[in-house]
Amino acid sequence: MKYETVIGLETHAQLLTQSKMFCACPTKFGAPPNTNICPICTGQPGSLPVTNKKAVELAIETAIALNCKIEPSSIFARKHYFYPDLPKDYQISQYELPLATKGHLEIEVDGQKKRIGITRVHLEEDAGKLVHVGAALPGRQAGRIMGSEESLVDYNRTGTPLMEIVSEPDLRSPKEAAVYMQTLANLLQYIGVCDARMEEGSLRCDANISIRPVGSKEFGVKTEVKNMNSFKAVDKALLAEEKRHIEVVEEGGRIIQETRFFDDITETTTGMRGKEYAHDYRYFPEPDLVPLEPESEWVAEIRKSLGELPAARKERFVGDLGLQPEIAGLLVASKSTADFLEETVKLYPKATAIANWLVGDIAAFLNENKKSFSQLELTPAQLAEILKLIEDGTLSNKIAKTVLLEVLKTGKQVKDVIAESGLTQISNENELNKIIQEVIKNNPKQVEQFKAGKETVMMFLVGQVMKLSKGRANPALANQLLKKNLAS
Amino acid sequence: MHGKTAHELHNLLINKKTSSVEITQAVFARIEKAEDKIRAYVTLNKEEALEQARAADRQISRSPDIPISQLTGIPVAVKDNMCTKGILTTCSSKILSNYIPPYDATVVTKLKEAGAVIIGKTNLDEFAMGSSTENSANHVTRNPWNLEAVPGGSSGGSAAAIAAAEAILATGSDTGGSIRQPAAFCGVVGLKPTYGRVSRYGLVAFASSLDQIGPITKDMTDAAIMMNVMAGRDELDSTSVDLPVPDYRKALVNNVKKMRVGLIKELMGQGIDPEVKAAVKKAADTFANLGAEMIEVSLPSFEYAVATYYLIATAEASSNLARFDGVKFGRRSKAAKDILTMYYNTRREGFGPEVKRRIMLGTYALSAGYYDAYYLKALKVRTLIKQDFEKALGACDILISPTAPTIAFKLGEKTADPLSMYLSDIATIPVNLAGLPAISLPCGFSNKLPIGLQIIGRAFAEEIILRAAFTYEQNTDWHKAKPNV
Repeated sequence: MKYETVIGLETHAQLLTQSKMFCACPTKFGAPPNTNICPICTGQPGSLPVTNKKAVELAIETAIALNCKIEPSSIFARKHYFYPDLPKDYQISQYELPLATKGHLEIEVDGQKKRIGITRVHLEEDAGKLVHVGAALPGRQAGRIMGSEESLVDYNRTGTPLMEIVSEPDLRSPKEAAVYMQTLANLLQYIGVCDARMEEGSLRCDANISIRPVGSKEFGVKTEVKNMNSFKAVDKALLAEEKRHIEVVEEGGRIIQETRFFDDITETTTGMRGKEYAHDYRYFPEPDLVPLEPESEWVAEIRKSLGELPAARKERFVGDLGLQPEIAGLLVASKSTADFLEETVKLYPKATAIANWLVGDIAAFLNENKKSFSQLELTPAQLAEILKLIEDGTLSNKIAKTVLLEVLKTGKQVKDVIAESGLTQISNENELNKIIQEVIKNNPKQVEQFKAGKETVMMFLVGQVMKLSKGRANPALANQLLKKNLAS
Repeated sequence: MHGKTAHELHNLLINKKTSSVEITQAVFARIEKAEDKIRAYVTLNKEEALEQARAADRQISRSPDIPISQLTGIPVAVKDNMCTKGILTTCSSKILSNYIPPYDATVVTKLKEAGAVIIGKTNLDEFAMGSSTENSANHVTRNPWNLEAVPGGSSGGSAAAIAAAEAILATGSDTGGSIRQPAAFCGVVGLKPTYGRVSRYGLVAFASSLDQIGPITKDMTDAAIMMNVMAGRDELDSTSVDLPVPDYRKALVNNVKKMRVGLIKELMGQGIDPEVKAAVKKAADTFANLGAEMIEVSLPSFEYAVATYYLIATAEASSNLARFDGVKFGRRSKAAKDILTMYYNTRREGFGPEVKRRIMLGTYALSAGYYDAYYLKALKVRTLIKQDFEKALGACDILISPTAPTIAFKLGEKTADPLSMYLSDIATIPVNLAGLPAISLPCGFSNKLPIGLQIIGRAFAEEIILRAAFTYEQNTDWHKAKPNV
């Protein structure tokens, strides 16, 4: 039988705010344990939450970018469960009335565009972190709370703003799910609400997956897959779970609704045992907070400030600037890269050349040095300057790369870099002739071969000129002068 | 000295007839003498209080060049469910028997900034759950008018301290009557402000949508003075309302002519002690004689108020009290072997029976499958109660009723019967559900125990109820009677 896979994703994105969701503590990562804490985020008796306006703004930005309806009034709710990393033993989240509903995200899989429904976008707070010390019980995994001798809790992360984005069950394959996550991550990064690094946990997702016979209208029994810590893992985990579903059904078995844990090493999912009973979270409206009612003027302002979104910008890059769709896609993955391109185009009109440098050498440099685009020590004016110098022959492509690298490393002015290292191209005939004479003198055998009609040797000789000039010789002119010298 | 009001002492202070140190010492001397019998306090803050008194005296010495607040140098007792930085805050619960908050409640900060002297923390029913202060894990507090009677609750410590002149001013918190009922039982003044008028930041939450902090004082002027300091928007409490704070002393005008006063029919019928009824009826006559227009009003939804309250308040309490789990603060059971036994034993050992009862009731009301039938329905009835009040307060400027159906009952009289205890808040609970301001003031005696008159106003109309209460006070002598401790 042919099966159709049905997947919906619940994504949690850490919002890029300076302070926590309900208090003024910094959200900075990596501080010593329990230093970014206060009476509010440690749930001291009597403390009260106050909603972080910036977090609301970022969630509204996201909701707009996902074509959602911003609800005129939404409320926070308390979700109860006892766990030491949750100081109040309830999480402030949104339940019945979320911040935004009914949106969609367009993804592109194998050249086909597809619209994925967004059920809701809501705000909530993150929990803290537990460290379990001591041996595990026999048969149990170490590092778990059961059986450990001691558990330590770090409340630094407690109260970090999280945004939950829930998709409709519109995804039809693990690949679509992975593309959806990547597209969503790019969008969140682009609008600057989340750095969207799955490996670091700033973007997390759980998937609901089920299968049904092709043509069936009813959904099959779903399982929830957790612990997918990269885009690749989303694909792999869902492939494994899809396969398991089909196998179980083909063997005449039944899928049980449960939560399953993906193991990155074995690439399989296992049922999360120990969850003996279903949780009753006893949601009820958070009485310490007033309803979230963003003024329509404010929402309009946010909408305006959001500007052009990546999908539209990509279309424009292809249509107006003549970029290849693939390259345009890479450029709009980050707003600052796309902005950089547009700034440079104003100073130097050949967009394709600029784009090639951006996705080529500059991207490679940032990758190697683990830097983000915002840490780039290069201005659009500098890149335009280098490109112009290539065009007028002052710099060879190769030298230009050296100059670029130096500017990227030091942030110095292009002119200064060139002057300090004498890196301009040698286009002076006398100077070049001196080098050529030297090359002819040092390579009599090759000169003989050339004169005997073996023209391919020319490449070698030009190479020698370049080498002796430390790459500064104007290659075209060198070629020309070399031929002249050899002919005489 | 300890028997005087804050406004009397303020006059002595600015005329340099006494000092804050002198007053503070007099109050502590009084405490020393009376506390054996009354036991109003959980913790005394003598050393720091005297330091604050000395600082206040330095400020006073520079007045009037640098003006001082009406609270500068005045000793204030704080209910032990309001956080005080560095001072034990137990909520009269075993589970917080060792809890020293790292911060001050906003109300405490405001009192300190006004120059008040924090003399100590007063006893209450555990987590403010109760009507007699007998549910305290600390000890029982006695009524200064009759040591065999309860002081009311949950702010029984604060009310008893004011009645016994063991404090000049006190704070209370009121979720279903916890300021007004003990004020009535102890023959003092207790004001529950409109929900949102005073910051709840630092008040250990019982039921967040109902809790409100207010003053417990010897007279109306002192209540106005305390409100001037405590009221106002607090950025740390999202439910506090951004409305200007008037000078409540200016509302103290001896005139109720043409004021429309509604007597609540439902609170003058069955279940109300005849002598209490008679005293309230007499108070109504006093208002009429002073030129007010008396109207009888009916609020039919009152019938459901107690049931509604015990669903909403317990639901919120079950959530608010989840954090007392032995992990971060307070007492952790020594019998804990692992995480589950830590939770179970800590909470089993740490909470008293009434608190456990309410956590269980509230957990049940919020549980899947029961939420709609209990919690959601209670919210709907709450809306009906609000609407009944809106109607009544459209036709009237204020409403009056007994504060409690009876005078102070005997210690131990109702501890075995929670339901009869719950019913002693029958007149105060509807006001919290509607979020309205209300005051209790003495209006008579029965069996040598005080009777309380409740005056209810429109939301944020504290000035009107203060004016009515002040006029009543000026034209009667009940507030002048003092217990003989």
